[in-house]
Amino acid sequence: MLEAILVMSLGAIVLGAALGYAAVKFRVEGDPLVEKIDAILPQTQCGQCSYPGCKPYAQAIARGEAEINQCPPGGEEGIRKLADLLGREFKSLSAEHGVEKPKAVAVIDEQTCIGCTLCIQACPVDAIVGAAKQMHTVIAEQCTGCELCLPPCPVDCITMETLHETVETWKWKYPVVALHPTAGIS
Amino acid sequence: MTTLLESLFDFNGGVKPDYHKDASTRLSIGVSPAQTELVIPLHQSIGGTPRPIVAVGEQVKKGQRIGDADGDVSSAVHASTSGTVVAIEMRRMPHPSGLSSLCIVLESDGRDEWIACQAFDYKKATPQEIRDYLRDSGVVGLGGAVFPTHLKLNADRQGGIETLIINGAECEPYITCDDMLMRERADDIVRGVQLMREILGAKHVRIGIEDNKPEAIAVMQTAVRFGDNRTDDLLVVAVPTRYPAGGAKQLIRVITGIEVPHGKRSIDYGVQCFNVATALAIYEAISLGRPLISRIVTVAGNVGAPRNFDVLIGTAIKDIIAACEPLPDTNRLIMGGPMMGVEIPGDEVPVVKATNCILLGSNKIFPPPAPEMPCIRCGECAIACPADLQPLELYWFSRAKIFGKAQEYHLFDCIECGCCSYVCPSNIPLVDYYRFAKSEIWAREKEKSLADEARDRFEFRQFRDVRDEQEKSARLAARAAAAAAAKQLATMVVTTDAAEISTAETSNEANEKAALIAAAIARAREQQGTTTPQNTQQLSAEQLAEISAIEARRAEIREHAKPHLPPDA
Repeated sequence: MLEAILVMSLGAIVLGAALGYAAVKFRVEGDPLVEKIDAILPQTQCGQCSYPGCKPYAQAIARGEAEINQCPPGGEEGIRKLADLLGREFKSLSAEHGVEKPKAVAVIDEQTCIGCTLCIQACPVDAIVGAAKQMHTVIAEQCTGCELCLPPCPVDCITMETLHETVETWKWKYPVVALHPTAGIS
Repeated sequence: MTTLLESLFDFNGGVKPDYHKDASTRLSIGVSPAQTELVIPLHQSIGGTPRPIVAVGEQVKKGQRIGDADGDVSSAVHASTSGTVVAIEMRRMPHPSGLSSLCIVLESDGRDEWIACQAFDYKKATPQEIRDYLRDSGVVGLGGAVFPTHLKLNADRQGGIETLIINGAECEPYITCDDMLMRERADDIVRGVQLMREILGAKHVRIGIEDNKPEAIAVMQTAVRFGDNRTDDLLVVAVPTRYPAGGAKQLIRVITGIEVPHGKRSIDYGVQCFNVATALAIYEAISLGRPLISRIVTVAGNVGAPRNFDVLIGTAIKDIIAACEPLPDTNRLIMGGPMMGVEIPGDEVPVVKATNCILLGSNKIFPPPAPEMPCIRCGECAIACPADLQPLELYWFSRAKIFGKAQEYHLFDCIECGCCSYVCPSNIPLVDYYRFAKSEIWAREKEKSLADEARDRFEFRQFRDVRDEQEKSARLAARAAAAAAAKQLATMVVTTDAAEISTAETSNEANEKAALIAAAIARAREQQGTTTPQNTQQLSAEQLAEISAIEARRAEIREHAKPHLPPDA
């Protein structure tokens, strides 16, 4: 009887120690689900989803507080990926959060800019350079097109310019079967 | 015959389409027709787009650099003739998209005046200087991939490379530009090969030519065996004619037996492969000081007089086609050959460094493809694939847009040779699917890396906001504490000197103010002494030296800016 209790408690101690060690050693930093959701989101940091950035939105989705269709820059494709990841039903983009637009970048009209730095403060990804009373400019490659710099500009010198396809960004199209009308069929 | 002593190896797969090469090799290389206007695209090689360094209205000479390489993975562009820059604008490119790209438009002055060409003393130059020189001479791989040559001509490898392979195989039907180049300029090609050998420190050199070009083989063998070019272990090798023997990996395998595995490059095995035309371009750049401004272009297909031309980069394609009697039923234009070539949008586009062949098509020569039928998994494509891939699996995954799986099956090892489409009994345009999948994957990866960068910057910005906030509140707290201390001090002074309280109520207030000011001054002085600007805290000695140099320059400027007083004042 005593032996059995000893063996069982020894087993419990050994396994408990192993599990305790594993919990410390293989501890997962952060929530992997949030990371996965965040990786799908476009990182525009525009706040159209009503959360202050992509990460908070990812956290809200993971907690089940937010729907997966609140991200206009991610578009339908992004919603589909989120639905796949989370095993939820696909939903079309919610209209109250905005509409999907072609990718655009902000352009500052450097003639009009007064150097107020308000847009620099608004830019979530530090893509605008400039200093007080100096002309500002947008680093086009780093601009995510979030449009957050538009409202604070006191002289309305920022416009969004849609990015057009270039030889470098052009993609081969999905091959489609060409239908040739056959003689004899009217 | 030393060539017979070496055994050759074989690559798997491949096809044997009709050569169609005789017609365009009957005439010697023609001179490209004189041009009044040349359209020189800035982006002609793999890598960054060169920046224009001339202005509209500027006079340029033939061979003058007009576009500077953007970074190391890029290649300069040069004026193909002397004349005036009339525009720097978007023009349509010889590209399947039909989109435009920034071009420098030259109006020829008809004099064709060269810049002062000077040979480059590569023997005294460091490997880096040689690479920079070739980059600025605009030398790129002329086999069709236009990869900047200076990146491959890397002499950093310890003890040099093992084998240098010169690719004169030219396996694609209709194309004969390398064949004609070897027939007519064998000596100069071999001189270029010798230069490359010296720069790379290659032990063995093999010039591989398909055995359907006996004239080129004979001329090249004469060139390497006689005259000043004679050196050890430089052989011309006739390789069996089978498409795509001219693919770099296939030719390496045939000549050396080395099979370059997935994820490795041939240089990892001590082998480097260059096209014959690239060898000539290197000779011209180094020994003659002439940048790459022209190339040989084959015009073939639906024309009465197919021929090769030495064409200045920027010449309109329609002008060289016109010299070859195009037939009226021509319905499409292909840049490259029938297997790998791409359809181009029109005939007004310029010849670029990648244009090895202009193929005119008609329904008679290239009948429209039969309708695509379902894949029956016959495996013909896997047998034909020279890259040892599973084309049918790649097709399934590309078609279903399961790109991760396509990559697992090594989609990016596909060289787009077209053998699989050629043998497919169901007429599936397999390469079109691979091209679609590849460009889609590239676009997504680019998007993802941009998103990752945006996330990093956003997170750093948040971190910075929090840090600034903390620093600010710490500063405010310190100031408040100092003010409180000063107030206490002032009241203590006031209470000890009881007599003065009675005489002047106002002096109490004045004292308090004075103490506050004194405290503020002390604080400021303390701050000046202890804190330095944060961004100069962790700097290297070089950066500090640079800063002090800048400060010295500033001091000098300040000195100059002072009003100069007359000496007698």
